Amino acid sequence: MINCEQASTICNKKQYKEATLLEQINLSLHLFICKACSSFSRKNSKLTVLCNKADLQLLSEQEKAKMKETIERSI
Amino acid sequence: MTENKLNPDSWVDQYADYLFNYAVARVSNGEIAKDLVQETFLAGLKSAKNFQGAAAERTWLIAILKRKVIDYYRKINSKKGKAEVRMTYNNQSDSAGDWLEENVADPFSTLENDEIENEELGLAIQECIAKLPKKQSSVFVMKTIQGFSTEDICNELGINPSNLWVMVHRARTSLMGCLNENWFKL
Repeated sequence: MINCEQASTICNKKQYKEATLLEQINLSLHLFICKACSSFSRKNSKLTVLCNKADLQLLSEQEKAKMKETIERSI
Repeated sequence: MTENKLNPDSWVDQYADYLFNYAVARVSNGEIAKDLVQETFLAGLKSAKNFQGAAAERTWLIAILKRKVIDYYRKINSKKGKAEVRMTYNNQSDSAGDWLEENVADPFSTLENDEIENEELGLAIQECIAKLPKKQSSVFVMKTIQGFSTEDICNELGINPSNLWVMVHRARTSLMGCLNENWFKL
């Protein structure tokens, strides 16, 4: 049997599809008996859904460096 | 109330992504959005002496960016003939229906709302990520948004996988709390 700490790690891995089959089985067994972890797991999946839905955009590091340069030049 | 101050040195690190998301949702073009963010920073510098400290730095920058977006649309619309809305009738399909009927908005569609909501959600998430400690936020961003593999991140940041998962865990837990406050309570 796995403990809650291990369960949360597997749950996080699962959000990035990096949990192995054995881990997933262990997790679902644990979620079956542990209320706190099932609540955490639910919220965690929700966060993943939200992040995917938001489709966040980022500026690359080079672009940021260029911006910084331009700002410094005009100070 | 504490008076807000401007520190342009940290603008790019703190607000570039936030402003960029805001702009990209409005002009739907990465290149233009990037230029608008850049212009916003420069305009902010120019008028920094007019900043009275009543608003937070970010609110102030967003206000400038809003003007920039409006200016951008004004500029592209001022070119002659561009201001009109063009509609093309799609006659590739063999639909023999009424043009007007086909172009009318679907009254049951909620897609427009989805887009607005997603944009606000994006900004809320961005805001929450900005509140995380630097290390956690960079791990979370690399993993979730940029989609790097665990191995790549570990090599890049010089940490081991269990370290990484601990940081991901902390980041996710704080994000859940933060979004609970800022997003679901609205």
